[in-house]
Amino acid sequence: MPAKTKTQTKTPDSPGTPPAPAAAAEPASSSRDGDRGRGSLRVGIGGPVGAGKTALVAALCRALSGELSVAVVTNDVYTDGDAEILLGQGVLEPERITAVQTGCSPQAAIRDDISANLEAVESLEAAFEPLDLVLIESGGDNLTTTFSKGLIDRQIFVIDVAGGDRVPRKGGPGITSSDLLVVNKTDLAPLVHADLDAMRRDATAQRSKGPGGVVRDNPLPTLFTSLSEHPEAPAVADWIRELIGERRTPARA
Amino acid sequence: MTRSALLLLTDSRFPAGAHAHSAGLESAVAAGRVHDVASLHEFLLGRLHSAALVAASFAAVACQCEDPATLAELDHEHDVRLVSPALRSASRRLGRQMLRAARATWPGPRFELLASLSAEGPHQPLALGVTCAAAGLPAEDAALCAVQGTITAPAGAAIRLLGLDPNEVSGVLAKLAPAADRTAAKALTLARMSQLKNDFSLLPALGSPLLDLTAEDHVTWEVRLFAS
Repeated sequence: MPAKTKTQTKTPDSPGTPPAPAAAAEPASSSRDGDRGRGSLRVGIGGPVGAGKTALVAALCRALSGELSVAVVTNDVYTDGDAEILLGQGVLEPERITAVQTGCSPQAAIRDDISANLEAVESLEAAFEPLDLVLIESGGDNLTTTFSKGLIDRQIFVIDVAGGDRVPRKGGPGITSSDLLVVNKTDLAPLVHADLDAMRRDATAQRSKGPGGVVRDNPLPTLFTSLSEHPEAPAVADWIRELIGERRTPARA
Repeated sequence: MTRSALLLLTDSRFPAGAHAHSAGLESAVAAGRVHDVASLHEFLLGRLHSAALVAASFAAVACQCEDPATLAELDHEHDVRLVSPALRSASRRLGRQMLRAARATWPGPRFELLASLSAEGPHQPLALGVTCAAAGLPAEDAALCAVQGTITAPAGAAIRLLGLDPNEVSGVLAKLAPAADRTAAKALTLARMSQLKNDFSLLPALGSPLLDLTAEDHVTWEVRLFAS
């Protein structure tokens, strides 16, 4: 497949613009107010249906469960299907995965009324104390999905190349203000005629503006991944390792 | 009259379309004026002392009104209080949506009073007042509903736009509850005064110039998540 070589020159699964440290150096912006700075790091993972949220959760469990104490909360739309996929892949012990029912309204469960998710996170924290990382996966939704800062410390928004290369241009809160934007399935770009350079440009432009139209010194980070080529999502795992490292360093205050 | 009808009407799940309106909050968030729980509290306090008082006094009068001509006069008085065409249109749209839900919920002849008004539908506080009457609720409850709706819509929008902790936002609304009660009581007094003098131009006319301007700007946005 000659087209694949072309994709690789665009560095799948390597930092997009800019590298993660630049974002980490940014002082408390509005999207960081929610960080409790103690206990487990709670990371929300949202994005449209089929973008690869469950695959990313599985990848992060594979990459990190050897070095960190990890648990997962899923918010699937219909059933505990996402939890079952994770169990089937054997990436975590079953006791470390909890499925939350969302009453047909996945956005409500992670944003408007977070009580069921908080219960799930807190009982996992109590059962596996000390827990380093809780991944909270939203039910597949649309570009307006965001997590409440009352539930998570950081949020990752996952879109995929096959969903169309115009998605970053469309914007919406997930694209513009998530702490990390992941563009998945870069290996499919040649097959769906997606222009990765355009996606990168649009994502950078969308993620350069803060509240009040203020231009950020550094755009919020974007990473391009291909979970089929790199099943442990190393760049995203590094982003999380860095956050965990920050929390363990008291100098941050 | 029944207490349950009041709770049903103020429940955010009552399908009257309010969830799609931020009452100026989307613009305030984009401009960075509202960015956390404290600045949301300030924004809501401003709404409470301006838009909520106006809406509540009109809802209270409309609730007691049994004559189409008087309701038409009231509708005109409300129209001239909204300087921004975008806000006038949003208010009528919400009025239409309120009527659609209310007609199915509390069917009755009361809604015919509004039939002769603008084809665009009545302003929202009038639709709310007549709905309260149809549900057997007194003017006092109409005022309370109007006040509550004026602050809960932007509070809900803040949860969605800023990802604020919904529990903290509930706390903000609870802290504003005494002021909300006072606003409703004041609106009721002002409504009675205008009824006694039979002059609805006496009803409060408090505006928010900045929100009028940002509402006009907001309708031109290419990407917006809320209708107003």
